[in-house]
Amino acid sequence: MTSSYEHHDYDVLIIGAGGAGLRAAIEAKQRGLKVGIITKSLLGKAHTVMAEGGIAAAMGNVSAEDNWQVHFRDTMRGGKFLNNNRMAELHAKESPDRVRELEQWGALFDRTKEGKILQRDFGGHRYARLAHVGDRTGLELIRTLQQKVVSMDTDVFMECKVLKLVHDENGRIAGCVAYWRPTGEFVTFSAKAIILATGGAGKSWKFTSNSWEGTGDGHAMALWAGAQLIDMECIQFHPTGMVWPISVRGLLVTEGVRGDGGVLRNSEGQRFMFNYVAPMFRDETAESEEEGDKWYDDHAAGRRPPELLPRDEVARAINSEVKAGRGTPHGGVYLDIASRRTPEFIRRRLPSMYHQFMELAGVDITSEPMEIGPTCHYIMGGVKVDADTAATLVPGLFAAGECAGGMHGANRLGGNSLSDLVVFGRRAGMGAADYIESGQAATSLDMTEVEAAVQEALAPFDRTEGENPYDIQRDLQEMMQLNVGIIRTASEIEDAITQLETFTDRVKNIAVKGGRAYNPGWNLATDLPAMLTVCKTVARGASLRKESRGGHTREDFPKADPEFATFNFAHTTSGGNWDSEIVTVESPLLPMPEELKALLEEAK
Amino acid sequence: MADVTMRIWRGDASGGDFENYSIEQNEGEVVLDVIHRIQATEAPDLACRWNCKAGKCGSCAAEINGKPRLMCMTRMDQLPEGPVTVTPMKTFPIIRDLVTDVSFNFEQAKKVPALLPPPMPEGGYIMFQEDVERGQEFRKCIECFMCQDVCHVIRDHEANKLHYSGPRFFIRYAELEMHPLDMNDRRDLVREEMGLGYCNITKCCTEVCPEHIKITDNAIIPLKERVVDAHYDPVAWLGRKIRRKTKTSAADAAVQPAP
Amino acid sequence: MAVTESSTKVVLGGTRGGPDVATLRQDRWWLQPVVTVSVLTAFVIYSTWAAFQNKYYYVGANVHRDLISPFYSPCLASNCVPGSKVGFAFSGWALSPALLILIFPLGFRLTCYYYRRSYYRAFWWSPPACAVSDAHASYTGETRFPLIMQNLHRYFFFAGLIFNTLLTYDAIRAFHQPGLGWGVTVGTIVLLVNAALLWLYSLSCHACRHLCGGQVKSFSKHPIRYRFWKFLTPLNAKHMNFAWASLIFVALTDVYVRLVASGVFSDYKIF
Repeated sequence: MTSSYEHHDYDVLIIGAGGAGLRAAIEAKQRGLKVGIITKSLLGKAHTVMAEGGIAAAMGNVSAEDNWQVHFRDTMRGGKFLNNNRMAELHAKESPDRVRELEQWGALFDRTKEGKILQRDFGGHRYARLAHVGDRTGLELIRTLQQKVVSMDTDVFMECKVLKLVHDENGRIAGCVAYWRPTGEFVTFSAKAIILATGGAGKSWKFTSNSWEGTGDGHAMALWAGAQLIDMECIQFHPTGMVWPISVRGLLVTEGVRGDGGVLRNSEGQRFMFNYVAPMFRDETAESEEEGDKWYDDHAAGRRPPELLPRDEVARAINSEVKAGRGTPHGGVYLDIASRRTPEFIRRRLPSMYHQFMELAGVDITSEPMEIGPTCHYIMGGVKVDADTAATLVPGLFAAGECAGGMHGANRLGGNSLSDLVVFGRRAGMGAADYIESGQAATSLDMTEVEAAVQEALAPFDRTEGENPYDIQRDLQEMMQLNVGIIRTASEIEDAITQLETFTDRVKNIAVKGGRAYNPGWNLATDLPAMLTVCKTVARGASLRKESRGGHTREDFPKADPEFATFNFAHTTSGGNWDSEIVTVESPLLPMPEELKALLEEAK
Repeated sequence: MADVTMRIWRGDASGGDFENYSIEQNEGEVVLDVIHRIQATEAPDLACRWNCKAGKCGSCAAEINGKPRLMCMTRMDQLPEGPVTVTPMKTFPIIRDLVTDVSFNFEQAKKVPALLPPPMPEGGYIMFQEDVERGQEFRKCIECFMCQDVCHVIRDHEANKLHYSGPRFFIRYAELEMHPLDMNDRRDLVREEMGLGYCNITKCCTEVCPEHIKITDNAIIPLKERVVDAHYDPVAWLGRKIRRKTKTSAADAAVQPAP
Repeated sequence: MAVTESSTKVVLGGTRGGPDVATLRQDRWWLQPVVTVSVLTAFVIYSTWAAFQNKYYYVGANVHRDLISPFYSPCLASNCVPGSKVGFAFSGWALSPALLILIFPLGFRLTCYYYRRSYYRAFWWSPPACAVSDAHASYTGETRFPLIMQNLHRYFFFAGLIFNTLLTYDAIRAFHQPGLGWGVTVGTIVLLVNAALLWLYSLSCHACRHLCGGQVKSFSKHPIRYRFWKFLTPLNAKHMNFAWASLIFVALTDVYVRLVASGVFSDYKIF
């Protein structure tokens, strides 16, 4: 290398240090490879810490009837059959082992009386399936993986933001260009394989549970590098986010509250979820409050209460209640566990929720109901990957976790994300190692790509007159919330598509004040291109999918249409730049093997 | 609501000073909201580290009116009247404005000998709730490093950073020493290299912990007592000599096959 | 901030942020050290005076009840006033008999984890309060002599148990004296409460919690020790309260006995 930038060389380079990235690193490291991890923030701060409820794995510790087949079926049904069935199968089969190995690395899950890992009920899961630690399971997962990675002496580049993936002369992935947030200095990385594990993209919506990091960097960089994005219109709005105070609007309230007995009521005190049970779930959902209440104590005595339907169903129901004028003063509904469980139970099972409401809203959840409403939480869509290897269509590029698509179809079940991270994080590590061992890896960075990315990143400093990136971000969030939010309609989506072009021009006119060292304004300016790219694909997918399915609800097409159940919308770009034109095609679903089909049939 | 004056430290390694921002304050806001509003309007380059804004990631630790706090969990309406002073954590070198270089902590993390469990039996390890509860308290740690920041051993005595790992890592060592599967013995290490003896249990770590972990009572003092078991207790020493048993911890590990 | 294999060393001397002042705290952080210094100093002055006074520490049965000051029990010198002696006595001890024994309760409290916190903060200003600068330029904590001796706390705890037993015996004996039968006076109740508070202080001790159960790795393998630990843990959380309560009450007990013994008033008989 003869560049003037700081340079590092790795076999496997992982972008993102959440659950998927860290699990991938462990796997690649165990294969004896030189592994580097790059993260935008500090190690251990990734969005994985926000996961509360648990990690889904059919271990059968609480419900002996549980097995991978049922988990597979639940996942496919939850995803409204848009899932990559091979991913759903691998996920259901492998997650129990992935959970157990965490204990080998130091995780301490809550226990059953027999001393096994305790599992809890969650929306959309037929049996008690979520291994958990109170309501801070994500923290346990990331800390365990982080400590394992550190003990393996892995290099971690913290507060380092990757701008763009770089190819070699043959179009294989050869590395990336990034900058250090503390200094603003650029740095290049060569790698034989790159694993994207950058997480979600929810920061483009106004009410979101995502942190500043959820800007869809991995989604966007993959697209720019030549990979495909699928299912981008499928965005999960978690039904229970805080709605007040306004400064914490969108902050997540774990589904564990409902799993542990919390119920939803409108301003009239009615448990409205009984009015919103879709035909697909009627057979297994309680018809009365009495029946639902019995189920908590004995799953055989009654069917599941409707509060535990999959997230898309519950979020839509809440939205309808608020629209019908039965919402709370701050525009949500009530989530009530205070009247149903003892204060001791609530404090023991939901310590961080208790804490969160007490300190941020001044609400004591052991004596008062919570005000909640839907919040942008998770993007099901992502980089199209091969299920077994996590390989994208670009040689040398792999993706795992939230930034990969297919696993969750049109809607993700709670608890399936943490298991997704460790199952496919590991597979990405294996896939990358196999790819490297096969000897086709790239050799040298295309320095013209590096220079272009650097010039683009520095451009906002050259403009004296230009827009404040914060204004653009705020407007984008409001626009997306309004036009491509939880309920969508053709005219609004088209409006969004038009407006996104305007946003593109605005981003090209950003001016940044100050220097390069730890300048959050500049950092935001470098995030905005990815945010726009993601928003564009979301809007395009939303426009094309003229039906309602999972995390995509069309007011003008309220029903699911079987014709749309056979393919994903896949987006590509040929230009390789963030403002290049996006092309969208129908990409047929992976054919389902007969034995898996049989599992779905059986359940009906 | 009335405007509030924010006295924020601006600067880097070459120097700095307070800058005052008079800014609107809304109902229910936390300090981080106000900082964000300053970024979005007056000072887009005001550096502050944050992630989840929910008290779960521990990124936004700073010193508010002189005390280490998470900016995202400190409500403006609970601070006393008058200007609000916000400074970076004092114990760590400044990068810029409210952002500090916390790599000291990541260096300490590398020194921790990992959990050493026996091979996993078919069906997973058997551990009971009472076995894991002590460790679970310590694993609530969100690594905000405010306990490290407030600890006078390194806050006021820079040189001690060379031989003192700090409260965050004492709870990590305590967690491992209390782990029912662990077969390592880290008592010599915490005494000789991690500087447990430097701690004079003045409990400021416990006072600032946003997760309300009883760092001193439940981790540091039990660790000190374990070190006493191993080093300062002549009766225990004699007992071990007689029984020729040097490591009690390994034999004590709760390893049971799954039923 | 790269964490790479080549940079596993801690680097010292980086520039710190914020103004170079001892603290930016505006609250009354000095209040706690002031209270601690006042109470502890008062206790030390009083107890020193009481220990050297070498009289008025025993109210004999002939007065009404057999009350002995906790500062002087067990009274081990041959110069102890008649009736206060236990079976064994050092002959030829010319000073106050309190000086023979006070080292043990004093040692227990000096090495106590709670008192250490208090006097390191209030007397040594290391640190005076959280996020307030240490008053000393260098600091070695409890790694060297003499402070390394704090590690002997558990032996003072054991000694404390012996004293608690003796003081409990004193209290019970006060209720029932040979020749006088059962009866209750304010003095007997004072002795009883004093003994109870000392027990609570000892049982809530961190060393006690460790030795009774805390030291095991797996509670499920040691169910009885786990039950001890479970019982002691909430007490331990109140160690500070018991430390102050028992300290103040032990002085008040001495005051009471002293006033009765010196004839200021007589022990009030309840029944």
